[in-house]
Amino acid sequence: MEKFTTHTGVGVPLKRSNVDTDQIIPAVYLKRVTRTGFEDGLFAAWRNDPDFVLNNEVYAAGSVLVAGPDFGTGSSREHAVWALQNYGFKVVLSARFADIFRGNSGKAGLVAAQVDEKVIQRLWDHLDDNPGAEITVDLENKTVTTPGGEVEDSFDIDDYTRWRLLNGLDDIGITLGNKDDIAAYEAGRPAWKPVTQRA
Amino acid sequence: MMGCKLYSGGMAKTLSEKVWDEHVVRSTAGEPDLLYIDLHLIHEVTSPQAFDGLRLAGRPVRRPDLTLATEDHNVPTLDWDKPIADPVSKTQVDTLRKNAAEFGVRLHPLGDIEQGIVHVVGPQLGLTQPGMTIVCGDSHTSTHGAFGAIAFGIGTSEVEHVLATQTLMQAKPKTMAVTINGSLPAGVTAKDMVLTLITHTGTGGGQGYIVEYRGQAIEELSMEGRMTVCNMSIEWGAKAGLIAPDQTTFDYIEGKPEAPKGADWDAAVAHWKTLVTDEDAVFDKEIVLDASTMTPFVTWGTNPGQGVALGGVVPTPSDFDDEQDRIAAENALTYMGLTAGTPMRDVKVDTVFVGSCTNGRIEDLRLAADILKGHKVDPNTRLLVVPGSVRVRMQAEAEGLHEIFLAAGAEWRGAGCSMCLGMNPDQLTPGERSASTSNRNFEGRQGKGGRTHLVSIPVAAATAVRGTLSSPADLVSVEV
Ligand code: SF4
Repeated sequence: MEKFTTHTGVGVPLKRSNVDTDQIIPAVYLKRVTRTGFEDGLFAAWRNDPDFVLNNEVYAAGSVLVAGPDFGTGSSREHAVWALQNYGFKVVLSARFADIFRGNSGKAGLVAAQVDEKVIQRLWDHLDDNPGAEITVDLENKTVTTPGGEVEDSFDIDDYTRWRLLNGLDDIGITLGNKDDIAAYEAGRPAWKPVTQRA
Repeated sequence: MMGCKLYSGGMAKTLSEKVWDEHVVRSTAGEPDLLYIDLHLIHEVTSPQAFDGLRLAGRPVRRPDLTLATEDHNVPTLDWDKPIADPVSKTQVDTLRKNAAEFGVRLHPLGDIEQGIVHVVGPQLGLTQPGMTIVCGDSHTSTHGAFGAIAFGIGTSEVEHVLATQTLMQAKPKTMAVTINGSLPAGVTAKDMVLTLITHTGTGGGQGYIVEYRGQAIEELSMEGRMTVCNMSIEWGAKAGLIAPDQTTFDYIEGKPEAPKGADWDAAVAHWKTLVTDEDAVFDKEIVLDASTMTPFVTWGTNPGQGVALGGVVPTPSDFDDEQDRIAAENALTYMGLTAGTPMRDVKVDTVFVGSCTNGRIEDLRLAADILKGHKVDPNTRLLVVPGSVRVRMQAEAEGLHEIFLAAGAEWRGAGCSMCLGMNPDQLTPGERSASTSNRNFEGRQGKGGRTHLVSIPVAAATAVRGTLSSPADLVSVEV
């Protein structure tokens, strides 16, 4: 996984709450067996609407999504994270994330940064006044700022995910470093626990 | 119990804390716990990239014997004995078959007698048992919590993590109790109960919590009813939902193919009986509801928290205090093509879907058949009955339920997720309205532009007959 330290990119206001995973990417787009190529499915239903924010030229190169609360509710599909990344997003800002979406983001390297609802509103106002404006997200210092200093605030992300993203570490490699602990645990499991196939 | 980390007294704990603590492989301050996973369920949609990852890194599946795969999300429910017509779906299913063979994972493919929706198959095989940790790349894994297991959905990176290590890194969630006192009135089901709860809490109300459902109304539910409640835990944002195992649980598991036998059974039950919340244990949050006041409940909007009693009306957005709720309601009414103030019973429905991991088990089909018996589906309405598994389908046919469905004019299908997520050919067309026994009414969930009302089995069956949202009480009784 690539290291993430700081990112500056065009902010995209997505003024909706409860953006669920079926909105982020509908099920019919989930049939690929790769991790790439999901950008076509991103917000597929909304992209038919000429007024949808991503259809506005100024936001075409957007990479910091500024979304309403309860972003990513619903399905466990990591494809939602991949679709955002495939499209070019590096960061999603929201006042609340669904747990599974937040977890998936951390694993896949998308920064899901939780900020106060008021910060989202200030960013929306700022982007309304300055369409195409950039936002800087600094993972080291957990800050979100606009270059002119109009918005300067901090965000939340759990320390462990932050550490992993900063160092670009892969969870599986870390866990396999604790192989002996896993083997010891397995040795103590009761014999009556079910198995799907017998030796 | 022989040196294993089973619960052995100490501080008062809730049920979920006991199960959690029994599965901690490694715990370090400032890091998530490393949790052992007892059962990993797999299906065709969220696994291909995980197996790819293993292949790239040259890693094996650590415990194929704790892993089970089935084909469900994407498979056709018609002509399931023929090659899959959609080439992209076929690739996904073929990829699962190839991966299962290469990595030694047990698979129940289309056409196999044990095939079906992953959350129907686990319990019916007896693989789902109290006190386990169960994960699957599907958010409705919470279903298995009905047995007193910690069960939750994971993303594909985590699927790969579990395949490679049989563990997951997880921060310990907070605990919540949802106590539902009293008894459900006749004709009101577990589905109405959970829809009522979600409208009460909102879709984010459970975020960050493992929830224990308890109280008289929960204890009185069958295992299948409990699965319906736990299934929808994720719809109000909970990490997982679970119910303490009791005699109902043990009776359900006993004799199932993969259930413990003989001395193992006794040892297992002895342990399962310890899996209750200690009397003096403290939850981080509690919600109390009264089942006796509950009525048939349906959704009017585009998330499962936008619900109302069937006897109520489509709400008026300006009635919502919160601005985000008001905007969400306005958007939902536009999408759903509904006018504020319309009685829910006047809403005309084009398609009724009976099925899914929420309501696609045998008791659901029995209840639907019971209501449909002697009735005909409204000529302007289509009724799709999709059993949750091949076993459910066979049981229903052995009981003659399919004849009741067919005589009423319903379509009787093969097992799978079907119209629950509209990934296979069973989809709504734009503007088409459904009453669905599944769990999500998101925009486009059942097909692009489709409009979904979540309902219970009795409401689904009565709606099919009348063509408008209805309960069995609205049906003119027939001689049968
Ligand atoms: S029936 Fe629906 S909710 Fe259940 S596993 Fe299938 S797609 Fe998911």
